[in-house]
Amino acid sequence: MRDFSLRFRGAPSDQINHVNFSVSAGKTLCVVGESGCGKSVTSLAMMGLLPPGAATIRSGEMIFEGQNLDLSDNNAMRKLRGSRMTMIFQEPMTSLNPAFRIGDQIAESVLAHRNCTKAEAHDRSLAILKRVGIPAAEKRMRDYPHQLSGGMRQRVMIAMALVNDPALLIADEPTTALDVTIQAEILELIRDLQTETDMGTIMITHDLGVVAEIADTVAVMYAGTIVETGPAERIFNDPQHPYTIGLMSSIPQLTGPRGRLSTVPGMVPTTPNMPEGCRFATRCPFAQPICATEPPLAPLGDGHAVACHFAPLETHLEQSA
Amino acid sequence: MLSFILRRLVIAIPTIILISVFVFTLQKLLPGDPVLAMAGEERDPQVLEYLREKYRLNDPIPVQYFTWIGNALTGDLGISLRTNQPVLELIGEKLPVTIQLATMAMLFALIIGIPAGIFSAVKKGTVTDYISNVVALSGLSIPNFWLGIMLILLVSVKWKLLPASGYVPLSEDPIRSITVMLMPAFVLGTALAATLMRHTRSAMLSVMSSDYVRTARAKGLVERKVILKHAFRNALTPIVTLTALLFGELIAGAVLTEQIFTIPGFGKLVVDAVFNRDYAVVQGIVLVTAVGFIFMNLLADVAYVLLNPRLRKQ
Repeated sequence: MRDFSLRFRGAPSDQINHVNFSVSAGKTLCVVGESGCGKSVTSLAMMGLLPPGAATIRSGEMIFEGQNLDLSDNNAMRKLRGSRMTMIFQEPMTSLNPAFRIGDQIAESVLAHRNCTKAEAHDRSLAILKRVGIPAAEKRMRDYPHQLSGGMRQRVMIAMALVNDPALLIADEPTTALDVTIQAEILELIRDLQTETDMGTIMITHDLGVVAEIADTVAVMYAGTIVETGPAERIFNDPQHPYTIGLMSSIPQLTGPRGRLSTVPGMVPTTPNMPEGCRFATRCPFAQPICATEPPLAPLGDGHAVACHFAPLETHLEQSA
Repeated sequence: MLSFILRRLVIAIPTIILISVFVFTLQKLLPGDPVLAMAGEERDPQVLEYLREKYRLNDPIPVQYFTWIGNALTGDLGISLRTNQPVLELIGEKLPVTIQLATMAMLFALIIGIPAGIFSAVKKGTVTDYISNVVALSGLSIPNFWLGIMLILLVSVKWKLLPASGYVPLSEDPIRSITVMLMPAFVLGTALAATLMRHTRSAMLSVMSSDYVRTARAKGLVERKVILKHAFRNALTPIVTLTALLFGELIAGAVLTEQIFTIPGFGKLVVDAVFNRDYAVVQGIVLVTAVGFIFMNLLADVAYVLLNPRLRKQ
């Protein structure tokens, strides 16, 4: 994803502002940010799933398997969707069609992209259903979604997404709606399948626990911009953007003194009140007049890059002290 | 499924009893004396008394009710006070005519209403959507009788394409029978098509924004399949219910259209019976209509269960 900007119809500024990120085969990129920061919109745009006419792409390109994709070419995007590039969603309870058997829903995905018979599609669906850990898969194929629990339904969604061996899986908060024990199982399942098939994964989440668990690289998103990106351990051990630091310090710690959890004060700004320049400036403890100009995403080495005028923060703090 | 249907049938029994009591009492409360209507100019008290005795109108009202309902259970709905024909025979003669009319009208309504509803939901907010909404509203607002008369003037009188009125039984000459009924069925169907279109549109709109429709798109299905399979299948439930209710209404509500096109149907029978205080016929008609309504509702419920796997028993 290069320099990607997107604006909703009728909005005065870009919801998604010059976003860059990439993921390679077999790796997981976690896109982290608060609700409303544009994570889901970006992922839907990548799949070509935004409602037609709702938004315009203002700049940028998406390169997938060496091809520059035309996100507005519905037919080309449709052929990629569900085959090379697939997506699972936050709400397993409502993401499956209540009127059809789950076996048929998975097989439908196979039939849409492969030139094969119904029996072959059925066998393929059954195999993937077994692989995602559905017990008595043969029998479950004939079940309707309402007969399965939330965790099971998310497994079915994963099966549906992986049945055609995609190169890229976009998972939009796949564990948010599940309870904690199931969350861990689903994450583990995604990670296992990823190693097996060598697909790239983009995990959209606001849960830093998930990030710690699964990410190779992290992109921190704030109000439609990427504020910091880099290898997961760098982001966790050496966060440079004031927003990332705020996020990290809001994780509860098992050790150390007890007290109130730290939070990032304020709210994510939305379109009509989008600040000029650095979008975090309104909530940033370090904000200076210079923040009225937009900071570029500047590399700090080892794939770590930060969009802040004061990066690296340590040097800046030393200078000002 | 069978036990579900049986349960519904058992629930229907008290409904039918209630309706029969209601109809019977209401009739008795109406002003006007059927005997006077029958006797015409004759005002001889002896004749009137003889007639009252013959039709057992002197019995206490509860006795009259039980006599009537008891006979009804054996298939005897009484005898028309006016034509002396058995009521069941009269209904049996007229009902098929109206059922044919209603079925054809319903087909028109479905063929026009559902695709128009889907189309305007998919094209929401576009010119196509506005045009179909305007057409639908016109369909709802144009009175049946006016449309009927205009069609007769244009299609029958001016272009001489279809006969203006009449009826040919289906068993006699199917093709002619359908041709003759084409115009009245169209007139009846247009208003229903508008209702169906509006309901289809709103059902489709609510379904189209659901998560599973997004999933269907994410699978890379062609848009036609997303709409007609994943969305429409789930929008179908309210449409089926509506269709069943509308069909029941059609049977009872074809009166005006039957008058315009002089079709010897159920509607005409109702009107004649009410004007002539032909008690037995009115009661019989209401009872048959009520049973018909209940049957259509039962069909709708069955369809509901078939369409919605969540309601199916394990």
